Amino acid sequence: MRGAALVILAMAWTAAAQSAPIEVSGYIAAEIRIFPAEPKFARQHENAFSPSLALQPELRWKPNDGNTLTIIAFARVDTHDSERTHWDIREANWLYNAGDWDFRIGLGKVFWGVAESRHLVDIINQSDLVESLDEEDKLGQPLANLNVITGIGTWSAFVLPYFRERTFASPNGRPGLPLPVNENLVTFESSDKERHIDYALRWQERLGDIDVGLSHFHGTGREPRLIPTMTPSGPVFAPHYDQIDQTGLDLQATLDAWLLKLEAIVRSGQGDTFFAATAGFEYTLYQLFESTYDLGLIAEYHHDGRDSTAPFTVFNNDVMAGTRLALNDQDDTALLIGAIFDVESQTTLATAEFSTRLTDGWKLEMEGRFFPYVANASPESNSEREHTFELRVLRYF
Amino acid sequence: MRKLIFTALVALAAASPVLAETPEERGLAITREAQKRSEGWVDSKVEMKMILSNSQGEKSERNMRLRALELISDTDGDKSLTYFLSPADVQGTALLSFTHFTTPDDQWLFLPALKRVKRIASANKSGSFVGSEFAFEDLLAQEVPRFTYKYLRDEPCPTDEAKALSCFVIERFPTYENSGYTRQIGWTDKKEFLVRKLQYFDRKSEHSKTLHFTEYRSYQGKFWRAHKLVMENHQTAKKTTLSFSNFELNAKVDHAEFDPDALGRLR
Repeated sequence: MRGAALVILAMAWTAAAQSAPIEVSGYIAAEIRIFPAEPKFARQHENAFSPSLALQPELRWKPNDGNTLTIIAFARVDTHDSERTHWDIREANWLYNAGDWDFRIGLGKVFWGVAESRHLVDIINQSDLVESLDEEDKLGQPLANLNVITGIGTWSAFVLPYFRERTFASPNGRPGLPLPVNENLVTFESSDKERHIDYALRWQERLGDIDVGLSHFHGTGREPRLIPTMTPSGPVFAPHYDQIDQTGLDLQATLDAWLLKLEAIVRSGQGDTFFAATAGFEYTLYQLFESTYDLGLIAEYHHDGRDSTAPFTVFNNDVMAGTRLALNDQDDTALLIGAIFDVESQTTLATAEFSTRLTDGWKLEMEGRFFPYVANASPESNSEREHTFELRVLRYF
Repeated sequence: MRKLIFTALVALAAASPVLAETPEERGLAITREAQKRSEGWVDSKVEMKMILSNSQGEKSERNMRLRALELISDTDGDKSLTYFLSPADVQGTALLSFTHFTTPDDQWLFLPALKRVKRIASANKSGSFVGSEFAFEDLLAQEVPRFTYKYLRDEPCPTDEAKALSCFVIERFPTYENSGYTRQIGWTDKKEFLVRKLQYFDRKSEHSKTLHFTEYRSYQGKFWRAHKLVMENHQTAKKTTLSFSNFELNAKVDHAEFDPDALGRLR
């Protein structure tokens, strides 16, 4: 697969030598992760400050109106977590745009959904979990994708010929799971393993104030079951990827300053067929107290009916409440503060995200994840000391 | 229908010069004439440089590519597509707006890092556009039915390039919801019916901002476009300058681009 990316890269350079210029952009980022509490497990590193460096170069080439070649690579060097020292091709694809329809082939990235605190419907790309636990960093997915824009909505078809395994922290990494994940012990339900060909279909349409999407995915589930396994070097989690069918609905009603949101799925193939949903709203107070600030109030409820044989989720019965403050200043300063509260165990995760532009081309980002309360016997109990604070300076080019 | 009413009005006005016309009718008639003269550009492409400066003279710059699609209808206004070229951290971000006369506008934002298209609330009419002195409503299509009008007086035009011309001074009142203004006063020249200056009065009816339209040039012999817009904020002493270049009208823009599902393939 990386071979294919290199072939596309080579084609790009050869072709570009002949005509339109290649547009180069991207960023380099210096990051410090701070772990204020000692780790729970002896296998985890004890450094309170964990620096790393990331680079994301992006190349784009448009030989003519209908054709675009995009290549986005990503690499990180991390001081303490060897699994977080990694690289990936986020995108390496060719897009043919015919106006009413387009076709994309290569490594790509696709997002589906409307909710803020959980992305239930989004399934095309695998999460790059070592990058962030919020599942918003994704691995490049090999795909062939046709989109047709019609009078009765946009229809999208995907063929996904290769599966990417989820990334996890190394045994000494933080934040960590109760057992280290050993990716060498990976198993698949399909005998084709990562070469199983997955398919997906999506329809989306605007019905006045309502944006609606319906999707179906058939193939290797992106969430692994983590099976405790004994090895000569101790117990580990062995990831197992099932074959699943997932039908998803996402819906947003945009009414004045209200956004009403719903994401729901039915998934089979991991224990009993189950239903899961996220429903919520975002209400924005514009120009708060006659300032230039906008304050968004966000609330979402998560229900997940999966049984104990399915991959573990923290979102079984949870409420998220948050607020988004946008200063609308020259530097696009924004702050998002939220908490996810487990209705059954009372376990609470508090999060904060801040970003501002320092000067042209420079950006500062801060992110925090804190556990004010973790129930003793809950599956998240290992998290109680995994508070994480991240400070990042990005230089865009 | 709109055209028919207008034609009837003009015919009526021409046929009966003594017919009493209220300041409201006159303001509307002048605005309709200006609108009629500007119709027919079909679609447009232009590059926009935005320079923000504060009272200390500190400056920052944004560059955008704008595309617009003209709609001549009784219910829907123009569609517009804004694509950000800089600052570098927002490059690839796109904003798609559909304006309507009686129902709320529709707006979608494309966030390139997440590849996410987000429908956003269009209630935010009076909020600042990317930290500038322009509110969202200042940049949306200024369709005739979005305001009521009142002719005030005639006056020499206020900008240097139009100082030889006489201007109509017309007050207008937003009819759409969530506007940050109680009223605006505009100077429209009598020769080409172009807006030369616009004063904005905030919710407390204080004169908060003034927009100067300069460097007008015509395309295809009839479509006039200002190439430099300067918005002064009198309350903060901040200023935002818009400079336009490479205007193309009747540009054969692919109409399929004005679809939220097509935002992901712009870059």
